[in-house]
Amino acid sequence: MSRRRDNYENSRWRKFERWLDGEIDPLSAKGIETVVPDSSSAQNQAGTGLSGGAVQDLAQAYLQNLEAKAERPDSDFNGYMETEPRESGQMAIQLKEDGQTEPELWKVEETDQKRQKEREERGIRIYRRFYQIMSVLLCMGIILVLLWTIAYLPIFGNAGNPDNNEVSARYIEQGLKETGAVNIVTGMILDYRAFDTFGESCVLFIASCCVLVLLRTDHHSQEETDSSLSDRMYEPKNDMILQKCACVLVPVILVFGIYMILNGHLSPGGGFSGGAVLGSGLILYLNAFGFAKTERFFNAKVYRRVTVSALTFYCLAKSYSFFTGANHLESGIPLGTPGAIISSGLILPLNICVGLVVACTMYAFYTLFRKGGI
Amino acid sequence: MGMRLFEIILLICLMVCAVSVGFTKDLLTSIIIFMSYSLIMCVIWILLQSPDLAITEAAVGAGVTSILFFVTLKKIRAIRREGQNEQEKG
Repeated sequence: MSRRRDNYENSRWRKFERWLDGEIDPLSAKGIETVVPDSSSAQNQAGTGLSGGAVQDLAQAYLQNLEAKAERPDSDFNGYMETEPRESGQMAIQLKEDGQTEPELWKVEETDQKRQKEREERGIRIYRRFYQIMSVLLCMGIILVLLWTIAYLPIFGNAGNPDNNEVSARYIEQGLKETGAVNIVTGMILDYRAFDTFGESCVLFIASCCVLVLLRTDHHSQEETDSSLSDRMYEPKNDMILQKCACVLVPVILVFGIYMILNGHLSPGGGFSGGAVLGSGLILYLNAFGFAKTERFFNAKVYRRVTVSALTFYCLAKSYSFFTGANHLESGIPLGTPGAIISSGLILPLNICVGLVVACTMYAFYTLFRKGGI
Repeated sequence: MGMRLFEIILLICLMVCAVSVGFTKDLLTSIIIFMSYSLIMCVIWILLQSPDLAITEAAVGAGVTSILFFVTLKKIRAIRREGQNEQEKG
């Protein structure tokens, strides 16, 4: 926003306006021009034939006129101009229009102002050019360094690359047998690397806590703040199109999110993406129908209970690997037949936990941004 | 060949979106371009045979992130017409 204003000051249009301002004499105010009649050829001829000394006199009379105008604007001045010094002012203007003999007095003032303005503008222009050139040079330097580093990376798709080791081969070959998950990705992130996923969901929880600390408004400050500042006063908007669309879309989105969470070990998706879909469905519902309806089933207490219980269950189920040195332990739960919905041991409940945490976090982000509280 | 051409068109659109996000002066427009960037990226993930990432990209990148950006713009009153309407109502 601020950058646009800076650009506007130095834009071509602004320069053009400035040039116009410098070109049009600041002394020739609008009031005089309106007073001057259109057809005054006789006076024009008389004006052109004047000598230098007469011009000086005319200019001084004109200046006096302007001072009088500054003191008494509008109608009073017009009446004043109608009488005696009107002719001199007219002549001065016409002289300037003809461009034959400009009074010295004006020239000096104009050139001084112009010179000062030009000096300032030139300094700013030089600084800006220097700034642009230096930034482009810096960017080119960084790009060069990065490209130089890329040249040392191993060739894409080479069989001897360090990432092409026995771990990925084992995941692909033994993944289905060891985890029972048809979707290898879910089997990897919720069985082999379940502890990493626990860290990720904790990061989400901590992020929502930080947003809560930063954006939450307590009851005392809510009363003091101006009511027009909080968005909540305008809820709900009761937009007919949005409400009808939400009536159709929200159930589909929520069911799809639940399906992705529950079917994470069989088909693409899983806890994180399903939770994000659930959260965005809730946000759409909230946008359409307002806070009053969502607060019936989702408030701060529900948020706290759901996230804390999901994280606690996850922690109890998988944090033993912290004590066993990140070694895998047999859970004892039968893996079941691959492809069935209840199979692959702990992956399904862990998926549900991750999905709940992600959905709650997304929804909490939105409500915290919107009204400063869950 | 057709698939190859489609991929090339998508990658060119991706680059155009990525550059124009930075060069757009209106914040609202740049957020919408960012959304389209996420959608193109989502299609590219599907073409690279990773549907998990594609779903996450569509839900988080194009959905929730842009909504949070919009709400932030509204909070800092960068969306002007909306604010004027509200003032007239209140």
